[in-house]
Amino acid sequence: MVDVRGVHYGFGRREIFSGLDLQVRRGRITAFMGPSGTGKTTLLRLITGQAAPHEGTVRVFGEDVPKLPQRELFALRRRMGMLFQNGALLTDLSVFENVAFPLREHARLPESLLRHIVLSKLHAVGLRGAANLMPGELSGGMARRVALARAIVMDPEILIYDEPFVGLDPISMGMIVRLIRQMNEVLGITSIVVSHDVEELGAIAHDSYLLSQGKVVASGTPAELRASHLEVVRQFMEGIADGPVPFHYPAPDYFGQLLDGGSP
Amino acid sequence: MSGAGVAAADGAALAAIRRVGAIGLFFGRILAQCLPALTRPRVVIHQIYNAGARSLIIIMLCGLFVGMVLGLQGHDLLARFGSEDALGVAAALSLLKELGPVVGALLFAGRAGTSLTSEIGLMKATDQLTAMEIMAVDPLRLVVAPRFLGALIALPLLVAIFNIVGLFGAQLVGVQLMGIDSGAFWSQTQAAVELDDVYEGVIKSVVFGAACGLIAVYEGYHAAPTAEGVGLATTRTVVTSSVLTLLLDYVLTAAFL
Ligand SMILES: Nc1ncnc2c1ncn2[C@@H]1O[C@H](COP(=O)(O)OP(=O)(O)O)[C@@H](O)[C@H]1O
Ligand SMILES: [Mg+2]
Repeated sequence: MVDVRGVHYGFGRREIFSGLDLQVRRGRITAFMGPSGTGKTTLLRLITGQAAPHEGTVRVFGEDVPKLPQRELFALRRRMGMLFQNGALLTDLSVFENVAFPLREHARLPESLLRHIVLSKLHAVGLRGAANLMPGELSGGMARRVALARAIVMDPEILIYDEPFVGLDPISMGMIVRLIRQMNEVLGITSIVVSHDVEELGAIAHDSYLLSQGKVVASGTPAELRASHLEVVRQFMEGIADGPVPFHYPAPDYFGQLLDGGSP
Repeated sequence: MSGAGVAAADGAALAAIRRVGAIGLFFGRILAQCLPALTRPRVVIHQIYNAGARSLIIIMLCGLFVGMVLGLQGHDLLARFGSEDALGVAAALSLLKELGPVVGALLFAGRAGTSLTSEIGLMKATDQLTAMEIMAVDPLRLVVAPRFLGALIALPLLVAIFNIVGLFGAQLVGVQLMGIDSGAFWSQTQAAVELDDVYEGVIKSVVFGAACGLIAVYEGYHAAPTAEGVGLATTRTVVTSSVLTLLLDYVLTAAFL
């Protein structure tokens, strides 16, 4: 479904990806893991066509994403759903209208059918009762569930979750985990989950990729990663502060800098 | 000037030119979305209301004060030539041709323009614009173009109100306070003001509305997606809109004379 090959990308002179290869297979939940700042969100921007790689190819549904003209890119995006970290609900629309938004934009449906679809999606995330609230009145977990209802309202083939677990209490977290699995098992939606939450991912992901310093450093099932002997992988999976990913940001020699007595 | 100074000035000039180019390109992209945006008049009307209602009170208040000052200064000036009766003409022409559009636009930039910038900037900072793009909806059509049109249409209406209140303020001072004959005040005004004067004012206010609207949405749309970035963008909106308004005012005035 998603095929990323030999991708190079960076901001200015700073390189974010240097030869990235990964695949997402139909009907599975694939995890992208990695320390924050490795470029996971950037990778999602490449996959959704918001940015184009400097080198290499990004294919989704077999289409060469960066080469698509806007009209076809928009057609492609209608087959994708994405869940943003803070929900990204439109603040001046109610919960109901937020979920109805893609339908109103892309489908001319009779109001009764639209209402039926929206309420059924809200019901699926357990928030049918919140239809008339405004986004400002929702907790973080609820906002994310509404955003999920909105993401599935067009029946996408791929669902992308960017850091869906960050900043949630354990109960909301459990709900999101359950929903991600449900979307995949019941609706058969191919899912990409970006996170650094090793434990939660282990429970739901079929495949996983560990990104670090511009490359995929390990891939396989979460169990395989956990059993890996690679030092980077162990550092990440077990949460060790210092290792191949250094604790210290690159700096001149400490002793020398103290003796130097100059500017910090 | 030292070499480094020249290089810095070069850099600043280049940055300014680049910015003008970027704003121009953005203007083109918005214009292309204006017709599609007009297919949803309700969204545009909502934005006219938004921009207009936000600035209405301050426009009326300032219009009154500006008019009253015109009354005082105008009376003082005209009394030296013994032609106080022409106060109505003087006030009406200054308001119609200059003060209405210019002061109105400056106030509009400070009140409605900054709100537009921070509103769009916050939508960007909270990923709402990106979310729209992922949902295959162009935020230029749905968010930016209606707000631009709202500003473009609201400012001329506000300027008209500013002028009416201003003339009332001038009348208040001139007739009620200084004792000019009310009949002379109005009849001279009616006789001297030409339709061309009105056109000049209307064209100016439409152009200023477009300029202030464009700057406000441009800055919001290009704000760095952080609290600090949105704050900086709002400041830039006020500064750029004000300078642009005064610059365009000179150009238009020169063109009309
Ligand atoms: N628009 C941008 N301009 C410059 N640098 C950026 C931009 N967006 C992200 N970055 C940098 O790219 C790196 C990767 O960012 P991101 O993809 O958000 O990482 P992650 O999601 O893995 O935490 C970060 O170090 C960030 O500073
Ligand atoms: Mg991220």
